[in-house]
Amino acid sequence: MNIIVCIKQVQDPDIPPRDFKVDEEKMEVLSPANVSPVISTFDENAIEEAIALKEVHGGKITVVTVGSESCKDSLKKCLAMGCDDAILLNDDCFEDSDAFGIARILAAAIEKIGEFDIIMCGRLSSDWSFGSTGLALAEALGLPSVGQLQKITVEGDELICERGLEDGVEVVKVKTPCLLTVSNEINNPRLPSVKGILMASRKQLPIWKSTDIEIDESKIGSSANTLELTKLYQPVFTGNCEFIEDESLEEAAKKLALRLREDKII
Amino acid sequence: MSKDVLILAESVEDKLALISSELLGIGRKLADDLGGDLIAVILGSEGTKELSKGLISLGADKVIVGESDIFDGYTNSFYLEGIDAAVRESSPHTFLVANTSVGRDIAPRIAFRHNASYAHDCTELSYEDEKLCAIRPVWGGSAISHVKSKTENLSIASLRPKALPMADIIEGRTGDLVELNISIESGETLMSFLEAKKVQSEGVRLEDAEIVVSGGRGLGGAENFSHLEKLGKVLKAAVGASRAAVDAGWVPTQMQVGQTGKIVSPNLYIAVGISGAMQHMVGAGPSKNIVAINTDADAPIFQRARYGIVGDYKKVLPALTEKFEELLQS
Repeated sequence: MNIIVCIKQVQDPDIPPRDFKVDEEKMEVLSPANVSPVISTFDENAIEEAIALKEVHGGKITVVTVGSESCKDSLKKCLAMGCDDAILLNDDCFEDSDAFGIARILAAAIEKIGEFDIIMCGRLSSDWSFGSTGLALAEALGLPSVGQLQKITVEGDELICERGLEDGVEVVKVKTPCLLTVSNEINNPRLPSVKGILMASRKQLPIWKSTDIEIDESKIGSSANTLELTKLYQPVFTGNCEFIEDESLEEAAKKLALRLREDKII
Repeated sequence: MSKDVLILAESVEDKLALISSELLGIGRKLADDLGGDLIAVILGSEGTKELSKGLISLGADKVIVGESDIFDGYTNSFYLEGIDAAVRESSPHTFLVANTSVGRDIAPRIAFRHNASYAHDCTELSYEDEKLCAIRPVWGGSAISHVKSKTENLSIASLRPKALPMADIIEGRTGDLVELNISIESGETLMSFLEAKKVQSEGVRLEDAEIVVSGGRGLGGAENFSHLEKLGKVLKAAVGASRAAVDAGWVPTQMQVGQTGKIVSPNLYIAVGISGAMQHMVGAGPSKNIVAINTDADAPIFQRARYGIVGDYKKVLPALTEKFEELLQS
C-alpha cells in the first residue's frame, strides 16, 4: 500500500489568542516571535493515518509539500514520525498560489512520483481554511475522493470508508487509487521517537523546482488566483463579562441561577 | 454572462434542510441584485420532487430535480456528476452551497473543474460590479477576511450555517420544475454507498437546542461529563463539547461545537472548563447568552461571556443544577 500525503506548514494555530496579530494595511497575519511553524492540524492527522495503515499493510509513504525552505522542518517531522520519503516543492513561481494552484503543482509532482494507492490530505488548513486543496487535487488527477474520513478498512483494492456527517457517519466503498481527506476525529497523531528524529536528521530532502515537474506556469501563482483578498482584520469582542462572586462557589452558583432567571434567560 | 443564481438544496429525512432555506434567502437577494432568476438543484431518491414546491415557496424561480436510485445516500462520485450536470444546464453566474458534509465535499471539485472562484465558509455575500464578494472568517476565526471574485467564469461560495436569516415562505408563489438529465449508471463509478449510521443523540439536538451545556479540557475526564448531563437534564439542554474533549476521546465527535464541528445558536450557552479558543467560538459564537465557568480568570471565554464564575466546576455545577431545579419547579 503506497501512500502519498500532502501537507502544509502553517503558523502554530494554538498560540494564545492575545499573540495573534494582523497587519491590516498589508493584509497579512504577523508571525509571533519565537514560535515555530507547525504541520497544519488536520494534515498531521493525515500523516498519522498513513503511518497506521502502513503498519498493518506495509508499503511506502511519501510526503509532499509546496512552500519555502523552512518547510523542511515539517517534512523532517513527518519522516521522524514514520514516513519514508519527503519532497519539497519550492520555486519562486509557486509562491502565492491559491488552493487550486497548489493542487496543480501537487498533481504534477504526483504524476512524477508515479504509482500510489492512496493520497491523503487534511480536509481544511488551520490558517486560510479554504478546504479545497485535497478535493481539487482529486479533480486534477481524476480520482474518486472521500471527504472527512473517520475510519478506513482495507479490502483488497477497495477501501471501506466511514465518513463523518452532521448526525452520524456514512459508509462508502471506494476503489484505489483514490484521495481521502481527514480531520481531527480520526486519530491522535503520535510524537516522533528519538530514533525517528535521528534517522530523519540524516535524510536528504529532494527539492523539486518547476523545471522538475510538468506544470503550466500560467495556471499557478497569484496571477492565476480566482479570488482577491480585499480586507483582513481581527474581530473585536466587547468583553463586558459580569463575574459572579460570593462567600463560596456554591453561593455564587445560586446567585448565577437567580440572575439568569431574573433576566428571563431560563 | 448569465445573471442567474443556482443553489444546492439538501434534504434531511425527506424534509428540506433548514440551511437550504438560509441559502434561498441570500440566493433570492443576490439574484434580484443581478436581475436574474434563482434556481435550486436538489438530488435524491424517488419522492425528492415533492420538495420542489417548498423550494419555490421559499423563493426559487426554477427547481432542477435529480431523482434516481444513485442519489439514495450520498457518494461524492454520483453527486459530483449530478451537480455538474445541473451547473452545465443552468450555467449560472453564481453557485451557492451550504458548508455541510455534502456542500463542502462537492463545491471545490466543481470550482476546479469549471475554473471558478471558490470562497469557503462565508458569513455574508454581496456583489460589487457584478463580482461576488464574501466575508469569511479565517485562521480559526481569529481574523475576518473580505474576498472578491476575479473570474469572468462562475463564482462559487459555501455558506456557513446560521450566519444568515432563513427565507420567508410566500404562499402561492409559482415556478418551474425541470428534471435533470443524468446519464450515469451505478456500474460506471469507482465508488458505492453502503449505509448511513445515524448517531441518535438523547434528547434535544445540539443545533436546535435553546440551551446548550458544553464541556472542555478543564473537565479532566470522560466521567465528568455526567455533571453536565445532570445539568442538561434539568434545563432540557443539549450537551456539547470542545475539540479538546473530543480529541481526548471523552465524547463522540458529533458533540463537537466549533469551526469543524457544529454551529449552535441557543439562547443560553453554558461553557464549562472551556478556554474559548477561536475555533470553538466559531461554533458557540452565535449563542445569545454565554455563561462561562473556568478556573482561569484570564481565559478568553470570559471576553465572550455575559456572566462568569471563576472556580472549580465541581463545586459550581451541583449547586447550579440544584438551584435551577428549584427555580424551574416554582
